[in-house]
Amino acid sequence: MIKQKALLFDATQCVGCGECYSACKEKNHNPETSSDYLKDHLSANTFTVLEEYKVKDKSNNELDVFTRKMCMHCQEPTCVSVCPVGAFTKTEFGPVIYDGDKCLGCRYCMQACPHKVPRYQWNKTNPVVRKCTMCYDRVSKGLPTACSEACATGATLFGDRDELIIEAKKRISENPDTYYPEVYGLEDEAGGTNVLVLSPVPFDQLGFSQLPKQPLPTLTKQAMDKIPGVVGVGGVLLTGMYWLTKRKNQIAKEENKKNN
Amino acid sequence: MKAFNLPKITFWRAVAVIIVMTGLYSTFLRFSTGLQQTALKDSFPWGLWIGFDVLCGVGLAAGGFTICAVTHIFNIKQFKPLTKPAILTAFLGYVLVVVGLLMDLGKPWNIWHAIIMWNFNSVMFEVAWCVMLYTTVLFLEFVPVVLERFKLYTLQNILKKVSVPIYILGIILSTLHQSSLGSLFLIIPTKMSPLWYSSLLPVYFYLSAISVGFAMIIFEAFLSARAFDKELELNLLSKIGFISVIVLGINFALKMIDLTFSNKWGYLAQLDQASLLYILEALVGVIIPFFMLTSKKVRENKKWLYIASCMIVGGFIFNRLNVSITAVSNGTGIFYFPSFNEISITLMLVVLGMWAFRLIVKNFPVFNEPVRS
Repeated sequence: MIKQKALLFDATQCVGCGECYSACKEKNHNPETSSDYLKDHLSANTFTVLEEYKVKDKSNNELDVFTRKMCMHCQEPTCVSVCPVGAFTKTEFGPVIYDGDKCLGCRYCMQACPHKVPRYQWNKTNPVVRKCTMCYDRVSKGLPTACSEACATGATLFGDRDELIIEAKKRISENPDTYYPEVYGLEDEAGGTNVLVLSPVPFDQLGFSQLPKQPLPTLTKQAMDKIPGVVGVGGVLLTGMYWLTKRKNQIAKEENKKNN
Repeated sequence: MKAFNLPKITFWRAVAVIIVMTGLYSTFLRFSTGLQQTALKDSFPWGLWIGFDVLCGVGLAAGGFTICAVTHIFNIKQFKPLTKPAILTAFLGYVLVVVGLLMDLGKPWNIWHAIIMWNFNSVMFEVAWCVMLYTTVLFLEFVPVVLERFKLYTLQNILKKVSVPIYILGIILSTLHQSSLGSLFLIIPTKMSPLWYSSLLPVYFYLSAISVGFAMIIFEAFLSARAFDKELELNLLSKIGFISVIVLGINFALKMIDLTFSNKWGYLAQLDQASLLYILEALVGVIIPFFMLTSKKVRENKKWLYIASCMIVGGFIFNRLNVSITAVSNGTGIFYFPSFNEISITLMLVVLGMWAFRLIVKNFPVFNEPVRS
């Protein structure tokens, strides 16, 4: 079995240098979108951003924390589930990729993504959805992602998902005072992600979405599963009803005749 | 030979022409410069075109399948005079939904991809197929009227033989996609106001579609009676009004039970923008018309029946816009108001629909008695 690849982002290690941001821009040939990378936001030309948050740590000290935002490459991706033409694919080794040639442009992926990631080319006449691909082309050749390669402090690590989980848990247990004692994306965030996050504070303080535990596609699946039943039962009921009421009308007609 | 007369310029004709011209210009802008002509953005990707043109369009066209069920499956033949106009409105409604969708899709020329690229997990995929098939069904249901006009009786007889399976298919397809339009929102629990989000959304969408389908039949009957100077079948319409309001009441009761069991009354008590809109929707779209139409006196009165059915239609539109815009705006904290182009294209579609209805009714035997005009 192919081992799933993942990224581990450790917010306690990030100094906010912006090398990941630049490396991502360069790798994806995306044009410059902001003079200050800390103020940029995800867009059709920006697949990852660095954000700065002022938070309070456990002993109530002011803390400057940098965090990255990007596609989380969900274990059970909502975008893959909702796309009517299957333009999104969860690849076997982790990255979630998109095929613009299949896309209709319904933007259900954007509406549905719990991490609010996919972006659109609103100013194009033949627009596509754009987002981080976890450097699918590089990763499939055995290379790390551009952002992890560029990271000097080791805040962004690339590797096998299960090994990164072990590493993340090790960091928490070795430095329980530094970390909020959970790994974002392990499994509690709508089934987990292939981008794992460690943080000194609860994740919502760094702008990560609080999600239900169950993978979101199960919500629509419950409704979709009822379709064969509706068709079967509906067909039988309607045919039966047609036959019954027709017969009733006939009998009524005959009785009318008799009475006259 | 009849002499050719230029159409008279009346106030409403002038308004209609201006709306269509503006809409065409907006359409030109939309296709020449992309969706930046809308107020849509990455954080708010679905707006008026999905909320009104698609969700309301499909719902308001529900009269086509509900009246078919009444006359052809339950065989209550007295309602037959209402079926043909209802089927025509439904057919035109679905054509407009598809046109509205073509405006909204980023790559409308790829719309046929849904036919060959399948994703059985996607509610959108199911809706696409149902709309496609049901529009065909509506065409088959209406085409006998066209065949009669051209005296093609052999073809008409062939269609008559398969009419019952076609009606049944139409009802099943409608049940599926009317409810699935609600299922579209099941996957965004974290992005919607809890007042509107519910695992019962597909049930609410289905029941409200049935209710508004009947209300639309009343609404159209009044408009047609006025426009074509024909008699109103008031006794039939008040019965239809009664069915509509009973389904409306069942739907509302379900919602209230749901609010109670999921402990959501607290959100209503907040009296913020979302809760006030929720209360207004319930009051104007459900509670008032419910009390009006359950009273025999009111529903057998021409004027009040018309007003009540207008309220049901208005409440329905309000509900769909609340689910797709208010609830999402409240859940994500993102403000959205449609752009001029979104509004003008929507208005153009409405005018084109009314114009097409008028044109077809004048030239084909849609109403049982011939139209005098």
